[in-house]
Amino acid sequence: MMDAGRHRGIKLLTYSEVESVSGYVGNFTVRVRKHARSVREDICTGCGMCQEKCPTKVIDSVYEAGMGRRKAIYRPFGQAVPNIPVIDRDNCLYFTKGRCKVCQKVCPIGAIDYEQQDEFVDLNVGAIVIATGLALWDPTKLPQYSYGLSPNILTGIQFERLTSASGPTSGKILTAEGRQPKDVAILHCVGSRDEHAHTYCSRICCMYSLKHAHQVRDKTGANVYDFHMDVRAFGKAYDEYYQRVQEEGVTFVRGRGAEVQVLPSGRLRVKAEDTDLGRPLTVEVDMVILATAVEAQPDASKIASLFGVGRTADGFFAEAHPKLRPVETNTAGVFLAGSCQAPRDVLDTVAHASAAAMEVVRLFNRGKVIVSPTVARINAEDCVGCGDCIPVCPYSAISRGSDGKAVINPTLCQGCGTCVAACPANAIDALHFTNEELVAQVDGLLAAAL
Amino acid sequence: MSSAAEGTAFEPRIIAFLCNWCSYAGADGAGIARLESPACVLPVRVMCSGRVSPEMVLRAFRSGADGVLILACHIGDCHYNSGNHRTVKRVPLLRNLLSYVGINPERLGLDFVSSAEATRFAQVTTEFAEKIRSLGPLSQEVGEASAGG
Repeated sequence: MMDAGRHRGIKLLTYSEVESVSGYVGNFTVRVRKHARSVREDICTGCGMCQEKCPTKVIDSVYEAGMGRRKAIYRPFGQAVPNIPVIDRDNCLYFTKGRCKVCQKVCPIGAIDYEQQDEFVDLNVGAIVIATGLALWDPTKLPQYSYGLSPNILTGIQFERLTSASGPTSGKILTAEGRQPKDVAILHCVGSRDEHAHTYCSRICCMYSLKHAHQVRDKTGANVYDFHMDVRAFGKAYDEYYQRVQEEGVTFVRGRGAEVQVLPSGRLRVKAEDTDLGRPLTVEVDMVILATAVEAQPDASKIASLFGVGRTADGFFAEAHPKLRPVETNTAGVFLAGSCQAPRDVLDTVAHASAAAMEVVRLFNRGKVIVSPTVARINAEDCVGCGDCIPVCPYSAISRGSDGKAVINPTLCQGCGTCVAACPANAIDALHFTNEELVAQVDGLLAAAL
Repeated sequence: MSSAAEGTAFEPRIIAFLCNWCSYAGADGAGIARLESPACVLPVRVMCSGRVSPEMVLRAFRSGADGVLILACHIGDCHYNSGNHRTVKRVPLLRNLLSYVGINPERLGLDFVSSAEATRFAQVTTEFAEKIRSLGPLSQEVGEASAGG
């Protein structure tokens, strides 16, 4: 991240959002809204004094996954790039109650600016890579896991905070009561491979659950029960890791964790079926870690329509071809990187992102854009200039020429032919799918089927 | 009825306009999976269901089709974002026109099949073929209408 922040060829726009996109491959205009941070980026040195003195503490539901607090003026996490804080205006005392201004008083260079407004930046770019990542599925949607009923039922990301040296317990694995757990259950496929939630495999959970099992064994020596349908250790050296964790004494139970109950004593009871033995199984534990599903970002549909990108049935962005064009989209010049396209672990994300970067380099190196010959063509003699084709085009590829007649930009046209069907004067034809060709097909098929 | 009574079961001819990205791929998938779908459904590939002009549908009926089925992407899944929205708006208007000229509007079908829905493709085409089979030949219907009116 630091390298990207320092790179001469990379301009980072953080705390920013894309407002609109127009143009086409090689010539996009992207309007970006830079949200007001209330801190002047040009002079802030990132000393952190404001953060230290800010009196308002807020539960950090993003980086700390609800297990820690941050201030109302904060950086998202320690290594955030750029190293410049932002004021959370919904919680800041000055913005909510009109008093405080402590950060302004302590800032040694006067970088705090409460009056800052959102700014707009227009970028002219040749290609776009979407890398918006994934979201975590909310386990309260399936009540059998009792998530939220006990502080000792954690999601995988919460356990990550618990075991992290910078987390709320400085890396000690402790229950909410502050004790080391004696028994821990890990449940795979919570919300994944489940027709009541997501039917797909979230791909990353098996491996991080193995890591969690290892960490619990290593740090606490507790008994670990790992409930799974199967362990998908698919990558290089992954299965070896699985074997190592087995040798560390983790109890692997082949059977999905069916239910978690909170007992009056505060202990947790996990019910499952041990499919190897063919009988139900119950264990009592002090801590449950749910390997929750990953899913598309909640604003994926907004992003999809902004950039003209499709989505697959699972909600992730659609690649141009599932095997042969995994980083391209159906909009020329727009590429996908990482888990916005499908659930991915770090290794796969790096490979996918490198591929996306190479696709952009390849596009730019060529210096020319290869367009499909399957485009619509206007017969200017027949065009009456009614303009009916202009609003139906999903790519805004049609405009009016100086003579008032329709003109198609073949770079933008993707050849769907919607304008052909809309043209009342029959003045448009879709190359490779002309009226003549389709009529010949229809007539030929019907004649042959007699 | 009459053709069945004559001993040769009526086998309709149905033109199915399949969009390149969803339903055509779904049909392909049905073939790969060796699913059974009716042979009387004759596929014509178009880039988008939005390409299917009313003239093309009418042309198919004029050339002897007993039914026309348009299979589009599911709403929200259109490769071209909004092509299938146009189709969804066009089809009811076209059905009105069909009944005006004496063709049972049921003979024009619109359904949605994604590229992953091979089973659904087989099911939708089978059901549509069954419906057209029960409606009988178009020539008979148009004949009746003109005889009656």
